[in-house]
Amino acid sequence: MALSRDEIMEKVREALVDALGVDEDEVTPDARIGGDLGAESIDFLDIVFRLEKAFNIKIPRGDLFPDNILTSDEYVQDGKLTPKGIEELKARLPYADLAEFEKNPTVQDIADLFTVDMIVGYIEAKLGGEGG
Amino acid sequence: MRWIWIDKFVEFESGRRAVAVKNVTLAEEHLHDHVPGYPVHPPTLMIEGLAQTAGVLVGEVFDFHEKVVLAKVTRATFHRHVVPGDQIRLEANVMGEVRPEGASIEGRITCNGHLVAEIELMFAHLDQSRAPVESSDENFVFNEDFIRMLRMRHLSDLSKDAAPGDA
Repeated sequence: MALSRDEIMEKVREALVDALGVDEDEVTPDARIGGDLGAESIDFLDIVFRLEKAFNIKIPRGDLFPDNILTSDEYVQDGKLTPKGIEELKARLPYADLAEFEKNPTVQDIADLFTVDMIVGYIEAKLGGEGG
Repeated sequence: MRWIWIDKFVEFESGRRAVAVKNVTLAEEHLHDHVPGYPVHPPTLMIEGLAQTAGVLVGEVFDFHEKVVLAKVTRATFHRHVVPGDQIRLEANVMGEVRPEGASIEGRITCNGHLVAEIELMFAHLDQSRAPVESSDENFVFNEDFIRMLRMRHLSDLSKDAAPGDA
């Protein structure tokens, strides 16, 4: 079932409105999930549940929001990502721009990296990969 | 164990749906202050009652081994007051399914067929969901006393296939 990017955006928007209680028009492509839409870590779980349901896919733990990076001593020290952590983050989020983040890689600011567009991109890739 | 805001389960379908009832009585001390002269059952305690109903529903799926905690009240809308003498019916339905990380619940509270509240809750299994603080090994959510009390209630008798009865 091939969905257009717009159709995917619509469903993502609906999931974010339901999970975060924001207005539809706040959900723009470059809106940051954490910074602009006010999502907290528990909201990420809610968002993943709703996306799985909306698109009938499975989103493995750590795929969309790489929480396993955040809980590992190897990648995080004193609230900041280690060089290894940054490498791992880059590998997991190939479509994110990490230049600013790298200057002060605090765990708090990771949430700021996630934009609506990133989610749409992830879903698009996932749906495309599953054979369509 | 004093903080129980439901009186008994009347329906229980493992992993899918649970319904409990609560009788509101003037013997509940807080009603004399909430609100002086006009006792109403606090909406916050209705949310708590639904959370307890749903918490047992979600907990039972993994045999009460997980620490099921209320993580988020996604939405809660109240339509009517509940007063002493009322019996409210708290229905919890699992949205989708209960997963290793937790579950989302769609809830309704009614009284005599009238809609009192619509509530959506999200539960997390503490260790499976990246708890920000370390928790001890023992299950502080479902402790021995609580489990014993629940087992006495024979929740399995409340599924649709069972004969009607109390629990």
